[in-house]
Formats: sequence, structure tokens, C-alpha cells
Amino acid sequence: MLQLISLLVENKPGALMRVTGVLSARGYNIESLTVARTLDPELSRMSIVVDIDSTQRAQVIKQINKLVNVLQVSDLTEGAAVRREMVLLWIGTTQENRTVILREAEIFGAKAVESSVEGYALEATGDTEKLDAFIRVMQRYGEIEVTRSGMVSVPLETKKLKLAPPVRKEHLEIDQEILKTTE
Amino acid sequence: MSAAKTQTLMSGAQVVLECLVREKVECFFGYPGGVTLPLYDALYDHQIKHILVRHEQNACFAAEGYARATGKVGVCCATSGPGATNLVTALVDSLMDSIPVVAITGQVSTKLIGSDAFQEADTFGITRSCTKHNFLVKKLAELPQIIHEAFHIAASGRPGPVLVDIPKDVFQAQGHYTPVTTIHLPGYRISTDGHSGQIRRAAQMIWESERPIVYAGGGIVAAEAAANLRELVEMVDAPSVCTLMGLGSMPSTHPNFISMPGMHGSYAANLAMTETDLIVALGVRFDDRVTGRLAAFAPHARVIHVDIDPAEIGKNRAADIPIVGDVKKVLERLNEELRELAPEMKEKNAAARKAWWVRVRGWKEEHPLEPEISTDEIKPQHLISEIDRLSGGEAIVSSDVGQHQMWGAQFIRFNHPRLWINSGGLGAMGFGLPAAIGAQFARPDKLVFALVGDGGFQMSIPELATIANHALPIKIIVMNNGYLGMVRQWQELFYNNRLSAVQLDSFPDPEKLAGAYGFRGRTVESPRELRGALEAAVREPGPYLLNVRVTPFENVYPMVPAGGAINEMVLGPAQPVTA
Repeated sequence: MLQLISLLVENKPGALMRVTGVLSARGYNIESLTVARTLDPELSRMSIVVDIDSTQRAQVIKQINKLVNVLQVSDLTEGAAVRREMVLLWIGTTQENRTVILREAEIFGAKAVESSVEGYALEATGDTEKLDAFIRVMQRYGEIEVTRSGMVSVPLETKKLKLAPPVRKEHLEIDQEILKTTE
Repeated sequence: MSAAKTQTLMSGAQVVLECLVREKVECFFGYPGGVTLPLYDALYDHQIKHILVRHEQNACFAAEGYARATGKVGVCCATSGPGATNLVTALVDSLMDSIPVVAITGQVSTKLIGSDAFQEADTFGITRSCTKHNFLVKKLAELPQIIHEAFHIAASGRPGPVLVDIPKDVFQAQGHYTPVTTIHLPGYRISTDGHSGQIRRAAQMIWESERPIVYAGGGIVAAEAAANLRELVEMVDAPSVCTLMGLGSMPSTHPNFISMPGMHGSYAANLAMTETDLIVALGVRFDDRVTGRLAAFAPHARVIHVDIDPAEIGKNRAADIPIVGDVKKVLERLNEELRELAPEMKEKNAAARKAWWVRVRGWKEEHPLEPEISTDEIKPQHLISEIDRLSGGEAIVSSDVGQHQMWGAQFIRFNHPRLWINSGGLGAMGFGLPAAIGAQFARPDKLVFALVGDGGFQMSIPELATIANHALPIKIIVMNNGYLGMVRQWQELFYNNRLSAVQLDSFPDPEKLAGAYGFRGRTVESPRELRGALEAAVREPGPYLLNVRVTPFENVYPMVPAGGAINEMVLGPAQPVTA
């Protein structure tokens, strides 16, 4: 079953690998994954759709939560959240079907973002089922190329970030003893 | 003075050593190479002690031995490429057993990374899943912060290995040691206190139980909570078991201690774990070697599970009362709650508890753990019991992996934690000897046995040089049965005795082998000579290699066959018992 996990991670090299490593080490397949910077440029938001049993979900979330670079993990599979995906689709057109393609696209709320005599680039957003249908319909009008963004989501409530406070390291404070011995 | 010090121009290599000094590292274990040349140059006239081992894997095993014997962070060092990849097994070992280790590896210069340079390997990528956390240092300015963060992560929470990969140009760069006084890792959240409501409920549940058992593991050792554990066990007068990683947390001779549970656990421990109505699980992870077939494990029990790692709770066995916290802090509060409730609750189940003890003692007497001894040949259990006699519960025993390890866990008594040192989770052969080196450096006052099989010993022979170099008075006891005993046992029992690739011929003459390194060794074959030979080894002021020829076809019992329930033990050759 597909599970949607949303993460807030430090924007650091290797952070992505640590998260996906928890999944790949257990043989779980990632269906989609998006990462982008948040308002705070030092953090990234990650949305992962992964194909796992719901009973394994809690353990996976706990394991990801343990990663030093991960600030928050939210399970959005069932929670109150908006889930969207975007499709960029290139479709080859003929002189005859250009208008009808645009009309069909409009039904799906898609719009043309690029146009040439050969065809259109169309952009659509929505849930997975709607986009599947959109792609199926477009396939009937001509050759297509499709790129999907993967699921992004935002929870419908703000979740308080629980962060670890700074830890004072008394033994590291400069002490004369150390200085004497190192000189 | 301090201002002047921090302004002194230092190389990155000197900054690394300054960090180690400030972390109070007395010694570390390593092996030099191309990209760590600047570090070893800085070491040349530095006060910190570096122990040159003969293989990087053993540097990390020795660091683990040091950490396991003291609770302090063990430190090891290796060069880039092959040096770093050689650490992998030991890093996983310390990850599995939650041992605080900091590994420093050299890396090719930053501008060469990714160019397939000489001795380049993606250490950061390779060790990602072998460590609790790892770092690749990009510039000198971030070096002190990262090293101190590495020590903090290794030692705090659930301890584990942390690797810091340092490119050669960072070692060479000139800069300053920037003092670090706080560590801020916002995503590194540790709950130490435990939920007070849950702790109160746990106390209530413990007093309500008619057949409680306390199941203690490596978490008790890591948290230095043995005294609190003992207080709990004595206050509620419950039977207690320790896992392989927890041995010594309860003194082995304590009347409430019924030995180790699991695959090679005691009859009493396994039956008590099966019949109990309440498991008080403290710093344990319900490992498959303890639980046997999970579905049949402790079918009547409720579970109180205390662990600092929230991911351990409910991972294998659901907990009725989960408590995430430092087991020492939780036990302090739990014991208080128990004390408060005692006057009102202690007598409630007194009769049932007395009956429970009668059953548990009955199991203990029915099939006690007793070493087999013969007058014609040396049984391996006989050897173990002689080591136990010499130790008297006080020596450090650093064990390798296999039959000798299980017999050691069964028959050697430990009065304290941090005496029994072994590779529990990973079961890494070749661990025992290098770990003994680390333990002996950590505890020069202690008698240290390296209890190894003839298989694992031959994986660690190079370290005899390290032992000889430092005249470490380690007593290397090779339990030599001429076989990979544990694999042979499984082949005998489960593969129709088709003994495939388990016979170890051509064992070197120990007298000559030890002699080649400049210390003494001998072989003992007769049971009459065994005690005297062991005593002579212990009397020897320096290292000693004692090769003990034991009967080859002895099996470790009790044994729970893989996939079996733990009450379905095989107690000896061909006599299955189901209770």
C-alpha cells in the first residue's frame, strides 16, 4: 500500500541518501520523492511516497526520525493534508486536433505552457487519479512525453517543531590544564 | 594565555589532535597511510598516545574493546580507500551493539574527490549505513565543531559509531582551533527522562504481577544502571535474566539471577520467560536470539519496555507500557514509585509470587547449567569453568564468536558489568583478540583473557605483534577443537552431519608462534594439566598464548533450534524437551 511521508530535513549533503537508505535497506520501493528548500534555506521539505505495508510504516517513520539530519517526520497517508501532483506533458498535434486537445485539457484544468506547430506542452496538477485520467485521454490524441513531479503535500494543521536544544559541553570550555599539557 | 593559544596557527592535523585532547582521549588505535601523513606527522611530537595495530579492522575492534571496558568513547583512525573500507565490519559491530566509537579516516584532497584518485573510496557513502552518523569535512573552519559533534553523537542517547572523513588538504590547511562550547543538532532529539505517568503505571503493574521477570540488556551497561537494576530486582524479589550484552549487570551469583535467556540460554531462564505474566524489559531489543519464534514468545506476558531508542519499542514485541528514556533515570524514578506503593501492594500477591519462585527454582534445579568434565580429555566446558575459577567474577573476558562464546556466557561468572566483552549483534569473528587489546589499554589493572576459538584466533594473528610491542599481559586462551565449532554443530544437527568446510587443519604450533613474537605459549591436551597451565599463564607477567586442545565434537546446550519457541529446548544430544 502506498504511504505518504513528509519530512523536514537539514539541507545538507547526504541527507537525502540517509533517508532513502532507511527505505532501500529494507527493500522498500520509493514510488515518488520530491525535495525542495523551505522558507528557511537551511531546511528542505521532502515528500516520499513509498510502497509498504501500513504495519511497517510506524517502524520506518521511527527509524527516519532517528536520523540526525531529520527535524520532523509526518505521516500524511491518512492525516488531514492536501496532496497534489503535477504533470508536464508534451503532445504532438495535427492541424485538425489542436483545438479539441486544448478543450480536453481545459476540462482537466490543464493549460498550455508552450506551443509550436508540432504540438503543445501542457501543465496539469491534481491528485494521482485525475492525472492518470488526463494522461489516458491525451494519449488518444497523439504521441506524448510525460514527466510527473511526484506527490507534494501540505498538512492542514501546523505541527509544532520539536527541536533539540543546544547542549553545553563543559569539558570543552577552555581550561588552563589542557593548555598547559598541549604546549 | 588561552587567547594566545587559540590564535596560534595550527594545521588541520594539529586541530584534530587538539580536539581529541579536549575530549579527554588518552589513546587511540590506528594505522597510517598516504593521506593521513600530515596527521601522523603531527602525532610525532604530540602527548597523545597512538597504538599502531596491524590491520584497520582491529583498530576499530580495539577501540570498541576500550569503549566496552570503560563506557568512554573509543577512537580509531585509518587512511583513505582500503584503510577506511577495512573499518566497515567493526563499525557495523559497534552499531549493532551500541558502542560509542569515533573513527577518523583520511580522504583524498577535496579537489581530487570524485576523480578516482589513488586510494580514493566513497567513505562517506560506504559508511552511511555502518554508523550512527558520519561526516565529510570540507574545510578546516568546520573541523573542530564536527569532531566535537561526533563525540557527542557517539556517546549520547543510544551510543554508536560516528565516522569523520577528513581530506588531506584539510589536514594540511593552516588555521586555528576555534573553541566549541555548545553542540546544537536540532534534529538529534533524545528523550531521557521517561514519561512520569507511564513510570507510575509501570510500578503499579509490577506490583500487580504474580509472575514477573526482569529482562535486562546492554542498555543497562551503557547507562551505568546496574545498581539501579539490582535495587529493582531485590525490592520486588523477581527472577532476572541478562542478555548476552547485559551479562554482569546482575552479579552472576545473585540468588535472583537465573542466567541468560534465548537460543543457548538456561532452561530456567527460557521457561520463566515463557511462563511469566510480566516482562520488565530494560535496555533490550527482543533480539531473535532471545525470543526464538516471536509468535510463541512469552504468550502470557504483558510487557513494560524501557529503552532510550523509541524505534526499539514495539519493533519486535508490542509493549503494554512503553517508556522512552535513559534506563538509569527511569529506574531511579520507577524504584521510587515502587517503594511508595510497596506498603499497600507488596503483600497482595505474596502467595502467588512465592509459588512463582518455587517453580523458577524448580527449573533451575531440574536442569542447572553445569559444565561437563572428563578425566580423559579436556571438554570445552571444563576449560571455561577453569577460566571462571581463575577470574572469580572479576576478570575481563574478551570473547570471540562461536561455541566458546556461548559456553563463556553460560559458565563464566561476572560480578560487574563491562567485564564480559563480545560481539553480540553482529557476531563478528576476529573480534576477541583485538578487543582484548583495547580493554587492556583501558584497564591496565585488570586480568584480561582473550577467549578465542581456533577459527577467530587465526583471523587476528597479526595483532600478536601489537600485544608483544606493548607487552600487554593478555592471556590468550585458544579453545582449539580443530573445527569451526558452531557451524559444525549446525551441520551435525540440521544438515545430516555433512561437515562442509569446517575443519581447520594446520593450526600453528603455539609455542613457536608466540615465540616468534617474543612471548611464551604452549599447548595443553590433558585435563590433569589444564589448571596448572592456566595458572602459569596468569602468573606470567607478560602476554601468554595457551592453546587448549579440547574434544572436537561437543555441542552447546541447551539449544533452541532456529525458528523454535524458546521453551522447546534441546538439552543434550537427542533429547528434545517441551515444557
